Order: sequence, then C-alpha cells, then structure tokens
Amino acid sequence: MNRSNGGGSRIGQYIIPIIIIAVLFGLSFLTRTGTSMRPSYIVVLFVSILNYIVLAVSWNIFSGPSGYIALSTAAFFGLGIYVSALFGESLPLPVLMILAGAISFVIAAIIGVITLRLRGVYFTIFTFGLVLLLQYLILWYEVKFNNLRGRTVASVPYNTVFLSLLVLVGIVLLAAYFVRKSRFGMALSGIGECEDAAAHVGVNTTMVKVIAFAATSFAIGAAGAAKATTMIYIDPPIAFNVMMSFMPVLMVIFGGAGTFLGPIIGAIAFTILQEQLTTKWPKWYMIIFGTVMIISIVFLPKGLVGTIGEMKSMQKKIALLGITAGFMLIGFGFTQILEAAGVSIGGLVFPLLFGIAGFVIFANVFKRHKGKEAA
Amino acid sequence: MKILEGKGVSKSFGGLKAVSDVEFYVEEGEILGLIGPNGAGKTTFFNLLSGALPMDSGTVLFGGQKISGLKPNQICRAGMGRTFQAAKNFPGMAVYGNVMMGALFGKPGRSASEAEQITDEVLDFVGLTEYKDKMVTDIPLSAQKQLEVARALATRPKLLLLDEVMAGLNPTEVEDAMKLILRIRDSGITVIMIEHVMRAIMTICDRILVLHHGAKIAEGTPQEISTSKTVIEIYLGES
Repeated sequence: MNRSNGGGSRIGQYIIPIIIIAVLFGLSFLTRTGTSMRPSYIVVLFVSILNYIVLAVSWNIFSGPSGYIALSTAAFFGLGIYVSALFGESLPLPVLMILAGAISFVIAAIIGVITLRLRGVYFTIFTFGLVLLLQYLILWYEVKFNNLRGRTVASVPYNTVFLSLLVLVGIVLLAAYFVRKSRFGMALSGIGECEDAAAHVGVNTTMVKVIAFAATSFAIGAAGAAKATTMIYIDPPIAFNVMMSFMPVLMVIFGGAGTFLGPIIGAIAFTILQEQLTTKWPKWYMIIFGTVMIISIVFLPKGLVGTIGEMKSMQKKIALLGITAGFMLIGFGFTQILEAAGVSIGGLVFPLLFGIAGFVIFANVFKRHKGKEAA
Repeated sequence: MKILEGKGVSKSFGGLKAVSDVEFYVEEGEILGLIGPNGAGKTTFFNLLSGALPMDSGTVLFGGQKISGLKPNQICRAGMGRTFQAAKNFPGMAVYGNVMMGALFGKPGRSASEAEQITDEVLDFVGLTEYKDKMVTDIPLSAQKQLEVARALATRPKLLLLDEVMAGLNPTEVEDAMKLILRIRDSGITVIMIEHVMRAIMTICDRILVLHHGAKIAEGTPQEISTSKTVIEIYLGES
C-alpha cells in the first residue's frame, strides 16, 4: 500500500503481467494434445481450472478488498449459460461470451445500485437470493410460456472453449493485477477498511462498488457462456447451481483473500481435488471436500498466501520445502491423470516442472512479505 | 464573509430530537467552538454538515452553494474535511497510506505524484513524518488523533470539522494540538471544533456555539459564553 517505498521500479511492475501472458501463451499449445473432435483429458481438465480461475479471481477483485461478500456468482454464471443455450446455434463463442458479459454487467449494475447500500451480511443474503430468484423465475417462464424445462446447448469444440477461456483468464488476471496497484484499487480497499472514512476523504463509494461489482460480473457471465457449451443439456437448477456461488469463495479463502496469487492457487488446487474426488470417490466427495475446507480454514485462517506472509524466516524455509514437495505431488498426480487418459509423458517431467514452478513462485511470495515482518 | 451558514437544521431519531432547528454561521478564517453536555447533539450536528447523515429539514450553504442533501464524498470535494470522534482510519494501511487516501481522492483529477507531494507536506505539517511507515495500530493515541487531522487536511479543505481531537491527550499533547489548530487556521482554513477541554476552547476559539438537547442555547465570544448564566447552569458549572 505504501507507494513511497514499496513497489520497486517502473519496469518491475510489468514482470508479472509478462509472466502471466507467457504462461497462458504456453498453455495454448495444449490444444495440440488432442483433436477438436476428441480433446485430450488435460484440455478438458484445464477448461474446468480456467473457468474456476475466472470465477475466483473475479470474486476476489471485488469482495477481497471491499469486504462485501457477494454470493451472486452462480446468478451471473447461470445467465451466461442461458445466453449460450438461447443463442448458441446462431452466434460464435466469443460473441456469446461478450453478450453474456454485457447482460451480466447491466443486471449487476442495477442490482448494485439497489443493494450496495446494504452493509455486511444483508448484501450477502440478497446476492444469494438473486441466484434462487433467477433460477425460479426462468424455470417458471420456461414451463409456462415455452412448455419446456431444460434446453440443449449447441456444443463447441473443447479446444475453442479452452482458448476462449484462456483469453478471458488473461484479461481477468491482468485486470486483477493492475486494479490492485491503481487508484480504483485503493478506493476499494479503503471501502473495505473503513467505508465512512473513505467517503469522507472524497471516495465516491457507491460508484466504486457498483463499477467493481458489475465489471467482475461481466467476466463471470462470460465464463458461464463458455462453460455452457460443454454441458450439452441444462435446466435452471443446473445453470443456477448454488455451489457455483460458494466454490469461488472457498477457493479464495483457501488460497488467501485479498492476495493476487491466492485465488489462482485456490482455484487450481480445488478443481483438481474436486475432479479427483468426483471420479475416484463419488459418494465420499462432499464429505472429504468439506473436511479439507474446514481443516484449511482452521489452520490457515488467512489462506495459504496470507499465512506465509506472517511466518518467521525458519518457518518460511520449512514451508517452502513443504510447498515444493506438495507441488511435486501434484505433478505426480498430473502424470497419473494423463496416463489414465492414455497420454504418457515421462515419469519425472511433471513433478519436476511443478516443483520448480512452486518453488520459484513461493520463494517470490516469501520475499515480498519480508517487509511486513520487520515493521 | 460567511463561509458556512445554516437555517432550521434538524434531525430526529424516532421521538428524540437530536438536533432541532439550529441556525448558525461561520465566518471565513475563524475558529468556531461547539460545546455542550454529552448527548447534546454535537456529533450529530457534524454528521449532518458532512453528509454522513441526511438532515430531516433545513438548508446549509457552503461558500454560497447549497450542500445539504449532498453525499459525504461530494461535500468533501466541495472543500469540507472532517475528523471522527472515535478515530476512523484504514487499519490495513500505513500512516502514509492513510494520508495518501485523502490526498488522492480529496479533489478530482489529482495525479499520483501531486498526491504524494501533498501527503509529504501534510505529514510534515502535523508532525507525523517519523511515523509514516508505521501501521496505524502501532502508533500512540496522540499520533492517531493527528492522523485523523492529517487525513482530512490532505483533501486540502477550506473548512475543517474537528470532533474532539484532544480527548484523552495529556496536558502537553493538548498544548501541541492547540498550536496545531492555530497553525491550521493561519494557513487559511476555517475551523469548527467540538471539544470538552475548556482551556483549549476558551483560548483559541473566536466564537463559541452551545448546544443543549439538540437546540442552540447560546452563541458568542469566549468571554460572553464563560459568563453566560444559562451556559454556566447547564454545562460549565459554578467555579
């Protein structure tokens, strides 16, 4: 927050955006692991991961600093799904995503103007109610006027969905990164830390909240439109699944609310966990998932990234070791997933790649949080 | 010239008239004291002026422009800064960041470098430079009170509302706070201050306004107020 002696050089602030773009560009080559008719499992998995990254990072852009816990993710995600269901036959995916985003933006802006004067838990309850409202409204409309319950969605090749989401993730991540450093980001944190004080130093709190809420809803709606094309059949309970409101929140809490890396790490970890659990122990999935959630909140109340910031230097070294090992395990898991899908990429390639990536990323996180300890 | 004037300013909470039909004015460049027993409606009065609460009726003109009915951020940008009785700061930011918030948002279109310059100046002016990298929770009470003032000053106001900035300070710190308020006035900013420290009020205020049960019961120079029979009866007490 302290601009005078934080931050680093002007060039320094572009390193992370460049890394983001490079990584996403690298990931785009994954489309070559399968054909558009028969996508590889890794692309299918990445569609889920990228989708959750959009939701978690978007949620964190608004709710992280402002402290307004929005549970409306499923509402705008569902709107996006319905846009694809209605217009998927006639419009290409990028247009569908922009249309879904625009509709979500407008509705979020209207809702925001009405409800963002609500503070604390009332805002949360209203946004959650919005999910159910839209779900039952659309169900009622479809049954009454169209005499149908669900709809089929025109499918789009997985590779196209993957690439579209990759672009969306890129936009969302760059937005998240630059908003944090911007005047707008400072206004949002000011609102979260003391809304009265923010208003009395000239922050137009209503406008900042509405813009942030609507803009992040744009991304959520667009993600819904993309994900819908992989769903084949949808009906209101599927489209407006309340779990989609809670999952991003859990991912962000797990990774570290209000941090840049936290939501990304949370989204990746939880998507893989969810994928593994639903395939291997479908009956036990919810139980294990919930337990992991509770344990992580009890022991890491500030999330993975936030907790690291508070550690002492010896603890940090041990944690870094543990994290690297954890990343290597994820790498092993990845290899197994790929093998199960019939793609064999040599035994140690992924564990080493993941381990190195984890080490580099977190060594950087440790270094960044050093200053706080001294203060 | 009157920088601020109001007529019929009223606010009720249910059946309780917190501020009722107050008529007042503030001359440009003066220090106006606002005193009264606890619960007299002084802070509510500030909340009405700064837009934190909507007034039930009445109008307030600031520099000839109607500000009653505007939102806090609009009133701030019109040139009115305020502090809060119970310090309201940004606990997750350092002292520097707190003041920076005022500098960045106080007027539209300020560049980051301008805001940084204002922040440095204000920190120096109130004497907080040594604490600038400390977190708000780690600085002493007197510095927290100064920070309230600094954040409001960073918006570069024409009029400053100070809500009990001396409460809880020791005599030396009160002395420093008095000097600070005089320096603020000398820099061209009009001041309205709520205070219970009578020595400070009587020494530095040009005029004093007394509220009781939400109504204005007296108005005048410190000399007039300290000898007013009603004020002595209700608030000051016999000496």
